[in-house]
Amino acid sequence: MADFLQSIGYHGWVLPALLAIPTLGAVLVWLHGFMQRDTSEDAVAAGAMTARRLTFAILMLEFLVSIGLWWSFDVNSAGWQAAVDWPWIDSWGARFSLGIDGLSLMMVLLTTFLMPLAVLGGWTSVRHKVHTYHVLLLLLTVGVLGVFVAKDLFLFYVMWEVMLIPMYFIVGVWGGERRIYASIKFFIYTMVGSLLMLVAIVYLGWQAGILEGRPNFAYDAIMNLPEFRPIVSFWLFVAFFLAFAVKVPMFPFHTWLPDAHVEAPTAGSVILAGILLKLGTYGFLRLAVPLFPGIALHPTVRAVIIALAVIGVIYGSLVALVQPDFKKLVAYSSVAHLGMVMLGIFALTPESVQGALMVMIGHGVSTGALFFLIGMIYERKHSRIIADYGGIAKVVPVYATLLTIVALSSIGLPGTNGFIGEFLVMLGSFKTVPGMTTISALGVILAAAYLLWALQRILYNPLDKPENKHLTDLNWREIGLMAPLIFMILWMGVYPKPVLRRMEASVQKFVQTVEAKAAQQSVTITMGGGR
Amino acid sequence: MLLLQEAAAAGAHPLSGSVAEWIWLVPVFPLIGFLVNGWLSLSSVAKIGPKDPTAHHAHHGHETQGHGDAHGHDDHHHPAAHKHAKLVSIIGPAVLWASFGLSVSIFFALSGAHAEAPFVKTLFSWMPAGTLSVDAAFQVDQLSMVMTLVITGVGSLIHVFSVGYMREDPGYPRYFAYLNLFVFFMLLLVLGANYPILFVGWEGVGLCSYLLIGFWFSEKANADAGKKAFIVNRIGDFGFLVALFLLYANLGSLDFSGVNAGATQLSPVVVTAICLFMFLGCAGKSAQLPLYVWLPDAMAGPTPVSALIHAATMVTAGVYLIARSSILFSLSPVASLTVALVGALTAIFAATIGLKQWDIKKVLAYSTVSQLGYMFVAVGVGAYAAGVFHLVTHAFFKALLFLGSGAVIYAMHQAYHHTGNHDDAQDMRNMGGLRKFMPITFGLMWIATLAIAGIPPFAGFFSKDEILGSVYARAHGSTLADASLLGIPGSVLLYAIWAIGLVSALLTAIYMTRMMLYTFHGGNRSGEKERTHLHEAPWIMTGPLVVLGALSVAGGWLNLPNFFPAGPVQALHHWLEPVTGEAALRITHGAEAHLELATEYMLVGIAIAIAVVGIAFAVTRLRTETLVPKAQSPESEGFERVLEHKYYVDEAYDKVVVQPLVGVSRSVLWKGMDAGIIDGLVVNGSAYLARGIGWLGARLQSGQVSTYAWVLVIGVLGVLGAFTLR
Repeated sequence: MADFLQSIGYHGWVLPALLAIPTLGAVLVWLHGFMQRDTSEDAVAAGAMTARRLTFAILMLEFLVSIGLWWSFDVNSAGWQAAVDWPWIDSWGARFSLGIDGLSLMMVLLTTFLMPLAVLGGWTSVRHKVHTYHVLLLLLTVGVLGVFVAKDLFLFYVMWEVMLIPMYFIVGVWGGERRIYASIKFFIYTMVGSLLMLVAIVYLGWQAGILEGRPNFAYDAIMNLPEFRPIVSFWLFVAFFLAFAVKVPMFPFHTWLPDAHVEAPTAGSVILAGILLKLGTYGFLRLAVPLFPGIALHPTVRAVIIALAVIGVIYGSLVALVQPDFKKLVAYSSVAHLGMVMLGIFALTPESVQGALMVMIGHGVSTGALFFLIGMIYERKHSRIIADYGGIAKVVPVYATLLTIVALSSIGLPGTNGFIGEFLVMLGSFKTVPGMTTISALGVILAAAYLLWALQRILYNPLDKPENKHLTDLNWREIGLMAPLIFMILWMGVYPKPVLRRMEASVQKFVQTVEAKAAQQSVTITMGGGR
Repeated sequence: MLLLQEAAAAGAHPLSGSVAEWIWLVPVFPLIGFLVNGWLSLSSVAKIGPKDPTAHHAHHGHETQGHGDAHGHDDHHHPAAHKHAKLVSIIGPAVLWASFGLSVSIFFALSGAHAEAPFVKTLFSWMPAGTLSVDAAFQVDQLSMVMTLVITGVGSLIHVFSVGYMREDPGYPRYFAYLNLFVFFMLLLVLGANYPILFVGWEGVGLCSYLLIGFWFSEKANADAGKKAFIVNRIGDFGFLVALFLLYANLGSLDFSGVNAGATQLSPVVVTAICLFMFLGCAGKSAQLPLYVWLPDAMAGPTPVSALIHAATMVTAGVYLIARSSILFSLSPVASLTVALVGALTAIFAATIGLKQWDIKKVLAYSTVSQLGYMFVAVGVGAYAAGVFHLVTHAFFKALLFLGSGAVIYAMHQAYHHTGNHDDAQDMRNMGGLRKFMPITFGLMWIATLAIAGIPPFAGFFSKDEILGSVYARAHGSTLADASLLGIPGSVLLYAIWAIGLVSALLTAIYMTRMMLYTFHGGNRSGEKERTHLHEAPWIMTGPLVVLGALSVAGGWLNLPNFFPAGPVQALHHWLEPVTGEAALRITHGAEAHLELATEYMLVGIAIAIAVVGIAFAVTRLRTETLVPKAQSPESEGFERVLEHKYYVDEAYDKVVVQPLVGVSRSVLWKGMDAGIIDGLVVNGSAYLARGIGWLGARLQSGQVSTYAWVLVIGVLGVLGAFTLR
């Protein structure tokens, strides 16, 4: 396979292609909607169906193109792969520069894997402005993938914003009753964070290009900058931290998440939880930590961030426990899971960082699957309130089976993907921060409590609501959409080695460079009187 | 043969190339059973939904009749048997026989090989990360094979029994799917060659226990019980996980071989911490104080499940874990004493509750908790072989007791079913005099009762006596006796544990005899009409009982005491020496624990006397004539009432832990912190501020967000475009 891919020059074009396919696809779907003149109900319905099929086909193509990376990726190399570097905005020093490494490979594949499923997930529930909806989904794909593959900080920022806007509309237009409130909250939260990041990026670009007299946003150039005065590093770190911490979201920047999740349509929730949150943790891995290791590993800063991460684990779980709305419950559980990721990143051991990446993938799959399942039952009963269900395992056995498997993976049952990541995070973190890790391990108990309690109130107990006796089980489309997710849950739990192998080299390099740089800088920091 | 010798000369394990290479098939057979039965179950109940799920809802109001096919099965009466019942009845038990057969041949290969080191079969690398390397690997050694034989052997019998017990249940294939899956995970637990694989099994059996306790999930109580079991177990698992983190942080390995090799380099404080956290895990899984509360509730599951999971196998996993980690525990006298003390306290605590239970399964459940306490006493004092010995004999007689009670419940249920009675089929007050109706079950259950009470020559006598003797022997001249716990000298503590063990033995004899008297003796209280329908269970159920009866009689021969005049003396003890010998010797200062012959005879004499006194007390003092059926029974008073309500521990946990946790989460964290401070003050506060300021606020209020956003998009695109074009 690798040989074949090499013979077609795969690495030379794959990343630009991954951005081009959905972009052109978006134009195509938009044109199809634009050309449609017949406004009769049947014609609109037929057009909508074409839009769905077209988008699905485009994203399947995207997935097929991306999957080659699985084989073509050199597991022993920690550097950039499949890199391209084209001129873009010369006078600004911004280049269209793409590449992946072990930190981003699986994020890219996770995205291309989830996006076609997201289209299937909204197949029957999105019924108005169908074309626009799918155009936005495709643009969202461009933005998300762009962030993951950008090797130029300006491009990174542009893509960061590109992804924000479609998401804002998906929540605001196709969302639930309080969608306007939720989408504004989402927008303002993320905007405030990312504007500060823009300032920081521009500053860094100018510093990197100081000799050429114009900015240079290339990632490698900025990484090689000589260190700043501690006070400067600190504020730059704060700028990145805010942008990413909101996205993760870390406690106490998380309150946009439950609202956005609950109000978003199914595909919106899946993409939000499955992919968008990972952009925050990815940002820490790619930028905030390696660019400013002296600050990130400063005992006080590190202690505060790890404390916030662990608070997130416990707090998210406890608040999830008392949610009457199933979607909100899952939203708060995301706060807990992402807290685990942050713990793994800042504990900074090879095991914990690999674990953090595994949690990111695992959470994308499991929580994505949970939101799909919530969406499916919502389509049938138009309620997300747990108390409206009960005993439905008797009428919808397939649904019950799938929900149970997915919930167990979210709980972190060994044999599922959820376990591998959490276990590695805690195992690795215990070496550097044993106390905090022990507290976060309490989340293991709470996760079982909130999900099993919800499961019981939905699937088990007496079937006492007459209207629930008529619920219909999943159809083939829905089963087909869940099948790959279930497969991933089990595969990554039973045989995670291929995935772990692909991140190993880059994670090793990440940990080593950060530690080495931090050791250099720590002297200055202590002499600088704190910062 | 020549080849084998060559292999051995080359340093290969004597078992490599033998049947032990196929060890992985032992758990795989039940896994196949799970997949097949699971598929049969799901495919027979699944009704694929309509293409457009929303459309269905729209028409729902006036067209309910049209959807009859989608929910028809709900209102029907249970069919006599599931359409796949025949196939399931074959596959379910057959996969266990296959595993059992293979285990037996591996067992013989192992005993022929005289291997001192374990044979490890590595399948693939499971979790490589950083310096961590965890393989999917199985370990064949003396301990794992004893466990495997118990699981597959007793498991086979219980599977056969289940065919009779569950055949008419509409969820029959689902039942066997879960049961097979349980055996798969249980085998992983005992066969895994490292702690993480053990943990996979550990959590997996917890899952199956959850699914099987809540098997009849439409009753809230059953679903509650399943959930409670899982969550309480998870509290223990927290301890287990922390123990693993400590091991890895200090030794860099999670393999049994790596941990055992490095254990002596650990500082005493670290070893003690590891052992105590690990024991927290054991207390969860094996229902010890203070985490025992889930096990009695677990009786909500089908009775064969109680026999297999909640008596014979899963709940003994904690004992197995300590025997497996014996090297670690032997290095920490403090942790070992803690284990023994908690075990002893659990033994007596549960035994007192067992005195006043009316539900026949609850009596057995508390009895299980109590007997598990004995096992922990054994492994706590470093008598690891004695602990495993009691684990094995207990598996025989307690499985027999549970299956026997299952036969009783089955008979009661059938009788009630015939007459349409809805009384409690498990309450002993509704039974009485059953010996006339089910003589085989009656006889076999007395055998098991005598075994658990400690009457020679039944199995339980030997194992319980071995434990109490070991405690007594270690009260002098052992690392435990020299240590102290909470300021109490170890030897004082050990004598106290021995005394508690004796009192618990007395109580055991009393409550077991009470159970037998109320169930089988005296007059019958089931009701006139019901009586005519009471009869012995079919042979597919009594057959396994007979086998277990034989094992309960002869099980003691596995490990006859030293002073026994004939037979294989201390066979199990010697068998397990390669695994637990080193640790056991460390605790007794390098010499075999030894008692004077006179002391041995005295201890045996006391043990027998206590059992006889207990039985005699129960027979003479308990009056079956005074019992009335449950419906007419008065509430008990005073301390009896406290016992009947199990010391109100569940209520206390609910008040002290559960309710405050939920309450604080709801009112302080969610409503207070999230909605109140963060959202109410900070987020919305700044939004109001912005609103007051101007333009953005005006847009927000007029609801024209999309205009605002579009402006932004166009702006961004415009700027970018301008630069690209230039």
